[in-house]
Amino acid sequence: MKKLQNGFAAAGLALMLMLQPAQAADTSITQELARWNALASTPGNAAQGKAFFGSQHGGDWSCASCHGTPPTAQGKHASTGKTIAPLAPAFNPQGFTDSARVDKWLRRNCKDVLSRECTATEKADVLAYLASLKP
Amino acid sequence: MPTPTQTRTLRQALPALALLLGLTTTALADGGKLSPSQMLPSYQQECAACHLAYPPGLLPARSWDRIMNGLDKHYGTDASLDAATVQQIGQWLQAHAGSYKRVSAEPPQDRITESAWFQRKHRKLDAPVWQHASVKSAANCAACHTRAEQGSFDERELQFPRGLDARYRRAFQD
Repeated sequence: MKKLQNGFAAAGLALMLMLQPAQAADTSITQELARWNALASTPGNAAQGKAFFGSQHGGDWSCASCHGTPPTAQGKHASTGKTIAPLAPAFNPQGFTDSARVDKWLRRNCKDVLSRECTATEKADVLAYLASLKP
Repeated sequence: MPTPTQTRTLRQALPALALLLGLTTTALADGGKLSPSQMLPSYQQECAACHLAYPPGLLPARSWDRIMNGLDKHYGTDASLDAATVQQIGQWLQAHAGSYKRVSAEPPQDRITESAWFQRKHRKLDAPVWQHASVKSAANCAACHTRAEQGSFDERELQFPRGLDARYRRAFQD
């Protein structure tokens, strides 16, 4: 009986976890751009962001290796082949809606491409570029 | 006195373990389901962002443990996560790791594709099959295994990769 109760509790919990939206929608591309502009103390430059996005920075990959150029369609992971939702927010309503996700991916992907974290200026430039891409 | 988190983890783990015991006999039979009936949402969300949500039963517990302790250097990429998520996914992988005889050996570099059983199963495939643009890598199960996302690798569900020259069909026909 105890086991059964545990089972129900777990099933309920699992259901709750599943029904929770995967993304918290606590931010937007406009807010993210404003955040990095403030930290960079100068507004992001879309042209510089575009050049940065396409550069390999001395390594094997650029941002575009997985996200494509321009990143307005589905991308493809450079090593696994897994499809990646379009990065430019105008082409993907779920993009840039969760600040924790934005931070996580910027941290990890900058390390993959540049072997270091990106500066606030670099992030502001790339976000300005992504925000500039419209259908 | 267990913390609320511990209690919750325990409540989640108990039925999962019971389910695992019930499924052990069929879980690893050829063509059977290698995944728990439900994937942990955070496993799906975090791991499957970059690659297939590999069935936990395809690697032994010690391999999963090493993988979860080295996410910042994860097969050439930084896949690091916050500590709470690492712990949650790690515990779930431990509970569902492969224990069937052929999965119990830890493969080189903890790569599923380096497992003896994996190589034996795929030995008839020519090198160009793996390198083709629509396959890209042996990690891309879904290029041929149409129901890999559901944890099913039945040979009847195989598809010949898109755009690949027909002369490589050999391994897909027997």
